[in-house]
Amino acid sequence: MCQVEEDYNGLECNQEKIPVPTKCMKCKEGTAVLIIRVNDAFCRSCFKEYFIHKFRAMLGKNRVIFPQEKVLLAVSGGAASCSMLSQVQEGLSREAPKKFRFVPGIIYIDDGGACGRSAEERQRSNALLKSIFTETGFTYFIVSLEQVFSLPTSVLVPGTSDPDPSNPSYKQAVDQYIKEKQTLTEENVASAVAQLSIADSAYSPERKLALERLFSSMKTLTAKEDMLQTLRSVFSKLLYSFCFYFLSFLSIQRLTESFVTNLQSDFPSTVSTIYRTSEKLHTVMPPQSQTAEPASKCLLCHCTLDTKVDKASAFHATLVSEQLSQIKLQDSSLDAPAQSAEQCCTEGQGCGPGGCCSSNRLPSHQDLKMLLCYSCRLTIKDMVSLRKAPHSWVQSLRVLHSSNSFYDVVDDMASQQFHM
Amino acid sequence: MPVQCSNCVQRRAVLKRPKTGHSLCKDCFFWAFEEEIHQTIVSAGLFNRGETVAIGASGGKDSTVLAHVMKVLNERYGYGLDLLLLSVDEGITGYRDDSLETVKRNQQQYELPLKIVSYEELYGWTMDAIVKQVGLKNNCTFCGVFRRQALDRGAMMLKVDRICTGHNADDVAETVLMNVLRGDIARLRRCTSISTASDGEGAIPRCKPLKYAYEKEIVLYAYFKKLDYFSTECIYSPNAYRGHARTFLKDLESIRPSSIIDVIHSGETLSIKEGVKMPVQGTCSRCGYISSQALCKSCVLLEGLNRGLPKLGIGKHHRLHGKILAQESLTEQEEKKLKAVDF
Repeated sequence: MCQVEEDYNGLECNQEKIPVPTKCMKCKEGTAVLIIRVNDAFCRSCFKEYFIHKFRAMLGKNRVIFPQEKVLLAVSGGAASCSMLSQVQEGLSREAPKKFRFVPGIIYIDDGGACGRSAEERQRSNALLKSIFTETGFTYFIVSLEQVFSLPTSVLVPGTSDPDPSNPSYKQAVDQYIKEKQTLTEENVASAVAQLSIADSAYSPERKLALERLFSSMKTLTAKEDMLQTLRSVFSKLLYSFCFYFLSFLSIQRLTESFVTNLQSDFPSTVSTIYRTSEKLHTVMPPQSQTAEPASKCLLCHCTLDTKVDKASAFHATLVSEQLSQIKLQDSSLDAPAQSAEQCCTEGQGCGPGGCCSSNRLPSHQDLKMLLCYSCRLTIKDMVSLRKAPHSWVQSLRVLHSSNSFYDVVDDMASQQFHM
Repeated sequence: MPVQCSNCVQRRAVLKRPKTGHSLCKDCFFWAFEEEIHQTIVSAGLFNRGETVAIGASGGKDSTVLAHVMKVLNERYGYGLDLLLLSVDEGITGYRDDSLETVKRNQQQYELPLKIVSYEELYGWTMDAIVKQVGLKNNCTFCGVFRRQALDRGAMMLKVDRICTGHNADDVAETVLMNVLRGDIARLRRCTSISTASDGEGAIPRCKPLKYAYEKEIVLYAYFKKLDYFSTECIYSPNAYRGHARTFLKDLESIRPSSIIDVIHSGETLSIKEGVKMPVQGTCSRCGYISSQALCKSCVLLEGLNRGLPKLGIGKHHRLHGKILAQESLTEQEEKKLKAVDF
């Protein structure tokens, strides 16, 4: 095996040690305090300027925020959103003509209920954030995630198409603003929050999606820059605990985050390449037809269903595997009847033919699966019981099929692990 | 506590399927595994009756399992195919010569004819010689490009209708991730296709019957069936970029086993925006092979090797293609850039 063990001295790739610069690469005077990208050293003030410039450049390039518009800032308390908030504050405080011309509002969504945080912890976090938000002087909303279930379905309308950022009327709107210099009026922003989601004529779906894209484009700034900026930001209180706590159960997300961050250190263009790749892809699946029926949207995430694909596909392969790996589903629910009878009959409705008490009952959890997109099926996989399902789901299922089918679904959920 | 097979319920389960998590006995697993591949072949319409199909055989687990399953299904369902084995010798001492011995044994075991093509005879270079010049960073590029053409050339010599390779679900998922990481939109669009288009322009269509089979299941199948395969990894592969994507995918699989198929599903449902520039397929001016540039990658790489300019072909040098075609010598500055190899 002489070839295998041959000495390849010097042929292994190892990173050369690059000398660390001590002076800022921009002003050449200040002492370098950090390194951006591969070897760009910045001093404190130059870095701050660079960061602010990048933020403003992204706003300017995308041209989706018109003068006097109300813009809702989604703040989670983590490094990125706190950076964004402080940037907005800075941008509004300048006296120069390039001051931001929109009216910000803040929303914080307390998802402690989903994370299993106690009521006291949630109250403490909310109070802390409240004090921070009050300092900014912007209108703010602190809402809890579970409130989404009480929203009417008409509110939960997804984006439909990619926006066109080169809106010709943008320039005109800016010019008009400079000419007129209207004063902003106070409105009931609480209703605006609810209305923002509704397909109101003032907020076209294209612009809403553009806004989402805009603020998610904060991701062009790497986490490192975010972190450094936040450390030097107006906020003295950092809510890191929020950040890490919420991510602790999202292990695929965390894994991906660490993967990209680690790869970035060896290949400095990783983040920007991934971002550019995503720019070339459609973010929203176009609906099959103009008159898409309600059933063609996912029940959970309200995106277009991607499960009606042709037979030679990964999705079809998954279904085939499921079928081949287990005995026919009819016979597997032999131990179900006892529990399900109890469950269904307490609801006060009879089973009817083909109901749970019937021995040749056919499983119908297909109903629920048919209403979910590929990823939501995966999410639902861990759901043991459908008893606490949102009211809107129950209604959708009832609309689609007879009430007997619905109870079959509930029984199935309650009695056994949900087989995908 | 013994668990019963979830399919037949009679026999004791001996393994847990990585793909679905179900516990199965040996026979039910064999049947499920083979049946899934059969379903893939039938639903995608991979083969036509009476075709001659070359199976890309390296002696590794994927190609061994592929050869075995293809033979089984061909007989069981009467596909009516003529199968044969096609192997490529890259000239990697200590690795490839051992795996070729395995392929020769497979030839006897499966009673299929075998043809071996080598880089030495096709290009005049072995991988060992290439690595000496190129180093350990970009050598996989050379090997991959050369092997693709070598398979096609071998298939043309044998006059086959179709080539099938043992690419598994893990490979396809890794490729999707890799193409996202490298921003290769053109490849991202093509890489989840189960077969290449057969437009009759000289390129022999190829397909991946194992596209939805998990690597772990392939290993289990080969193990339980006691198939003869060569299990060592290529000695030059540790530094490949693909390794990063592979590690990530393996970690994802450990969190959620369906991740591999999920990534493939995402890859299949990606849609490219209008207006994104895409390469157009043409032919190489020198060798006539399919190419999106004036010169195919293989010719460019070979030229680089022959001129002692290992970086020619790594990175973008489209402007130099014209010069190479005209057999002109490059300027000193151009040569300097192409010679420097970072090991």
